[in-house]
Amino acid sequence: MADRRRDWWDKEDDLPVYLARPGTTDQVPRQKFGGMFCSVEGAYESKTIDFDALSVGQRSSRGAGQRAAARGSASPEGGEREREPEREPEREPPREAAGQPGDRGVGIISSTGGAGGKELLQNLDDLGSDRLLIKGGRIVNDDQSFYADIYMEDGLIKQIGDNLIVPGGVKIIEANGKMVIPGGIDIHTHFQMPYRGTTTVDDFSQGTKAALAGGTTMIVDHVIPDPGSSLIEAFDRWREWADEKACCDYSLHVDITHWNDSVKQEVESLLKEKGVNSFQVYMAYKDLYQMSNSELYEIFTFLGEMGGIVQVHAENGEIIAEEQARMLQMGITGPEGHVLSRPEELEAEAVFRAITIASQTNCPLYVTKVMSKSAADIISQARKKGNVVFGEPITASLGTDGTHYWSKNWAKAASFVTSPPLSPDPTTPDYLNTLLASGDLTLTGSAHCAFSVAQKAIGKDDFTQIPEGVNGVEERMSLIWDKAVVTGKMDENTFVAVTSTNAAKLLNLYPRKGRIAVGSDSDLVIWDSDAIRTVTAKTHHSAAEYNVFEGMELRGAPLVVICQGKIVLEDGKLQATAGSGRFIPCSPFPDFAYKRIKARKQLAVLRAVPRGMYDGPVSDFSPMSRGGTPSASARTSPTKQTPPVRNLHQSGFSLAGNPAQRGAPSTEETPIRPAGRRIVVPPGGRSNITSLS
Amino acid sequence: MSHFERRCNKEEDLPVYLARPGSASQSASQSPRQKSYGMFSSVEGAFENKSIALESYCAQRKRSRSRENLADGDSGGPPNVGNVFETCASLRPRLVVENATAARLRCTAVQDRRRRTLNSDRLLIKGGRVVNDDLSFFADIYLEDGVIKQLGENLIVPGGVKIIEANGRMVIPGGIDVNTCLQKPYLGTQTVDDFFQGTKAALAGGTTMIVDHVTPQPGASLLQAFEKWQEAADKKSCCDYSLHVDIPHWHEGVKEELEVLVQEKGINSFQVYMAYKDLYQMTDTQLYEAFSFLKELGAVVLVHAENGDLIAQEQSKILGMGITGPEGHALSRPEELEAEAVFRAITLGNRVNCPVYITKVMSKSAADIVALSRKKGSVVFGEPITASLATDGTHYWSKNWAKAAAFVMSPPLSPDPTTPDHLNSLLACGDLQVVGSAHCAYSTSQKAIGKDNFTLIPEGTNGVEERMSFVWDKAVAVGKMDENQFVAVSSTNAAKIFNLYPRKGRIAVGSDGDIVIWDPDKMKTITAKTQQSAVEYNIFEGMECRGGPLVVISQGKIVYEDGKLHVQQGVGRFIPRKPFADYIYQRITMRSKTMAARGVSRGMYDGPVYDIPATPKYVTPAPSTKTSPAKNQPPPIRNLHQSNFSLSGAQVDDNVPRRSGHRIVAPPGGRSNITSLG
Repeated sequence: MADRRRDWWDKEDDLPVYLARPGTTDQVPRQKFGGMFCSVEGAYESKTIDFDALSVGQRSSRGAGQRAAARGSASPEGGEREREPEREPEREPPREAAGQPGDRGVGIISSTGGAGGKELLQNLDDLGSDRLLIKGGRIVNDDQSFYADIYMEDGLIKQIGDNLIVPGGVKIIEANGKMVIPGGIDIHTHFQMPYRGTTTVDDFSQGTKAALAGGTTMIVDHVIPDPGSSLIEAFDRWREWADEKACCDYSLHVDITHWNDSVKQEVESLLKEKGVNSFQVYMAYKDLYQMSNSELYEIFTFLGEMGGIVQVHAENGEIIAEEQARMLQMGITGPEGHVLSRPEELEAEAVFRAITIASQTNCPLYVTKVMSKSAADIISQARKKGNVVFGEPITASLGTDGTHYWSKNWAKAASFVTSPPLSPDPTTPDYLNTLLASGDLTLTGSAHCAFSVAQKAIGKDDFTQIPEGVNGVEERMSLIWDKAVVTGKMDENTFVAVTSTNAAKLLNLYPRKGRIAVGSDSDLVIWDSDAIRTVTAKTHHSAAEYNVFEGMELRGAPLVVICQGKIVLEDGKLQATAGSGRFIPCSPFPDFAYKRIKARKQLAVLRAVPRGMYDGPVSDFSPMSRGGTPSASARTSPTKQTPPVRNLHQSGFSLAGNPAQRGAPSTEETPIRPAGRRIVVPPGGRSNITSLS
Repeated sequence: MSHFERRCNKEEDLPVYLARPGSASQSASQSPRQKSYGMFSSVEGAFENKSIALESYCAQRKRSRSRENLADGDSGGPPNVGNVFETCASLRPRLVVENATAARLRCTAVQDRRRRTLNSDRLLIKGGRVVNDDLSFFADIYLEDGVIKQLGENLIVPGGVKIIEANGRMVIPGGIDVNTCLQKPYLGTQTVDDFFQGTKAALAGGTTMIVDHVTPQPGASLLQAFEKWQEAADKKSCCDYSLHVDIPHWHEGVKEELEVLVQEKGINSFQVYMAYKDLYQMTDTQLYEAFSFLKELGAVVLVHAENGDLIAQEQSKILGMGITGPEGHALSRPEELEAEAVFRAITLGNRVNCPVYITKVMSKSAADIVALSRKKGSVVFGEPITASLATDGTHYWSKNWAKAAAFVMSPPLSPDPTTPDHLNSLLACGDLQVVGSAHCAYSTSQKAIGKDNFTLIPEGTNGVEERMSFVWDKAVAVGKMDENQFVAVSSTNAAKIFNLYPRKGRIAVGSDGDIVIWDPDKMKTITAKTQQSAVEYNIFEGMECRGGPLVVISQGKIVYEDGKLHVQQGVGRFIPRKPFADYIYQRITMRSKTMAARGVSRGMYDGPVYDIPATPKYVTPAPSTKTSPAKNQPPPIRNLHQSNFSLSGAQVDDNVPRRSGHRIVAPPGGRSNITSLG
């Protein structure tokens, strides 16, 4: 490596500066491919000391980068901000990428004064608009962080490394050592969701714009078919809506709202042909979406075989229905009734049940909307026991709590209504953030489902009628940064994992999404870890009138968002095009969940004990008639009982231990039997149980 | 207490031969030093023997007392120290019926001999160490008419009593087995142990009261079933009994019957099933209703906790794989399903604020859930059974079909061999409270009904006879549990939970004369050959077990001594139980008072309301459409388009571009105020 580098540099020196195309034909470009070890490679490089070979500028640039890194981690607030001085000229013509940054880096450092931080530039060239170079950023993936430049073309990351050789006409973004992270993936949204003749106020356009504004470059929306209707039709309808309006890539979950054989076929074709790999089932909403345990078992079994991910809305719908009735009867009709009738225990109970079923059926489980400590605890315990279960806290549960249900302002209280409800325990967000940081909860969604106040007011006299949903798609990444990273619970790599990478893995989109690597989609975010903004409905991009995080100050925000290789957010300005979002098909059997499942399948084969036929006496019994003379032991199994065929009165039987020797005494010496019980043991007879071994 | 003293004072006038040991010269002011029941009875005794009143005692008595005190003082030590003076130091306490050689009995011996036959219901247990759940102390016990009349040292008893020399052995309240099924029908057959056979076995094991399950058939009347059970038990039972009633299905009619059972029949515990799909199983909604109703009645809800839906699925899966033997039983009912149901039952109990009693805690995970929720404050009780405390589910894989089938019960024994140990630990530390036996004995030929299909094997194991010994062996003898806790889990807690305390479950004046003299060192090998139960196979076959009853006294009569049973069919009485047992309902009552939910008083929301088209259900439902039982969804009445509304933090959300096309009824530019009370 060192040799190569030396050559290169030497040669380069000979070229005219303006050529900007560093390297001659014989020169080996040193771009790095998106492998695990690319940064390590880089690390070695910079440790190789070859003064003679390197120009001063070059070296200092690298040094600066490292210094910045060190500084960044030590005092995130101070150092970096200063460093991003004004942006450099961007539209420079093809220039030599290699030599220059060095000088520039130095220059920048010296010119610390520029407070601006914003850089970038590129609005102008229409030509090369799909070619982008991000220079000097610190790439943060879920496993490591390193300094490298990123070159993107045609919506893909083409090169990563130092001193990339890029064609002319690229836009250049100077990241100045800021974090460059994979764009967020919000795995749970409800845009444009129909609700009793209306739809949520954020449609795919509004919603994805909000997502992009928050640094999320892909969303996964839920298709909710009406119970009884076709899943595929609903799926197609959602595709249509989204294709028309989405500004970023999207994918879809399909909710299974009823279960029968035709649904089964539809699920299969969705999995195999339509690119859906995750399906949600409901344990709540009695008489509407709720599935019985048996249905859950069947669905889990089926999806476990087909390689799908089961998502559950985990709440005990039956108890909720009872509690709701009780609350209404007590005269509690306001939003506080919502949380009172859905205590977190019911969530925990359902989570526990879902995990049990999943573990029985050997199916990976995804718990959507983990809202309470107890539910999160159950998940983390189950993970410790080895269950394949993933928990998804949402923006709201990580950022706020359920005390607002008691607000005197009805509209405010109602806007927090979501299911499972936010926990009234104010320590919940902190706790969930901790579990998220420790990996017990795996990924985050927003469950963004925005209703206007007028829509919420449908339930003004009866809390059970309030449409459920909170906003959060825009705030999601900032909020996690603020609550988890800034507080020191989580490092930046975990931040990337929970906001993006894990979701991509679960959707089987990794490494296309969720990673900055060569070949990945160019969905990137340059993250400003120090930006502070105040969340308010006035400035948010959602159409909802009330923001549940209203007034919160959040540290950390996207500076530049690149989606499909295009800059959609910079300088706080959003330039998104409705309809540019593509549907990203997900394939079944994501390794992230199914590697373990597959291995277990091979192990978990049940075997019968080879035994001889039991040929002892069989007592007479009346065939089972349901409701007739049943007993506790009459279990109904799908395969009905066979009538006892053999009733060999002449044979004896032996008990326990070694059937051969010790059979004799047992029958003879059994104490007096009460008269009147019908036993078919022959007086003095003895049977042998033939044994195979 | 005071009337006792009075009575005893009268007794002083009695002739000497009546075994009143003080001399007549004792002043009347001297109160007899018997101990009544109560927390401090032994302390009272301790004070007494610090007051030195040498002259009033004869030497003999003094010595005897000091001996006892000595032993009391170091109760850990061998209780027989200094016993030389008295009864010969036989290793096993002897039953001394009046022809005893003890010197101090000499004076009354003649009388006793004569009255022996007459007064067989008068019993004096001398020199025993009374072990209750809270403390142990040395005292004599005098029983008459099946009730403990006096407790203390140097009792003044009438003549003609039988005297049992306990020689410092433990004297404990008779065991209470809260879970037996002695008359459970199965497909036209019945358990081989009926009330006679079963209670005999119970007595032989030191259990002097059983609580049996009435299992009505679905659709049948609970009351009739109850009467049938009561009749059978009255005829055959050899010891006191009470009954739980199982609720096989839930409907309005059941409520009346339950009320009658609670208020008139003396039943305060009912079992519900979360398993046995399509038969006994109740849905969560039904459970909620049942819990709510039973809580109002002050009853205890017993829960058979297993997830029946999943079991049915697993059973069909496993049968489909060709597994038909007893191992299929364990495979189709993994302990997770038990834990899940326990968790759900507790959740329900918490919501309803109703005490929950989990019958048959068979697995570690279920026990852990119980323990955990107790730590969180739930009023929940767990009952491991003899089988789960002493053996495990590996036997389901036995090559011997009959043996494997004998272990079949639900929830099944856990195949994890460390389970018994874990359950014993939880029992010792109080996380589990009561030991039952779930004795439900079917003969091998009955089990063979399911020889080709494990789902048909009648479920039940034995254990009523072995229950106390195994708890002693597995928990006390290994040092997990002390003798007081032993009494608590084998008897006292059950009496408290089911509101029999202190009549049962305690040795105290006024309590029933159900007493066991326990031999902690007795070794016994369990085998079907020597057991009392009629079942051919004992699941504990061949296990050695330390600890067992020496003498069992039921209703004030000796029913077991020297390894021999003297029982009489039909003497067992039905013990009615009142609802609202303090032990569980005190907390529940307090919580009911404080748990009342209150609404927030707000002004009317007078902002815009979205018009919902009157759509029939299922046309455009959304996940938010919750169906609440009170489905009187009021049509939006006011739709004040003219009013304005303002939202919290004063946002005037005009800057944000609203997308066109969403149907919002907010007036353009208008603002509504939400009237607020506060």
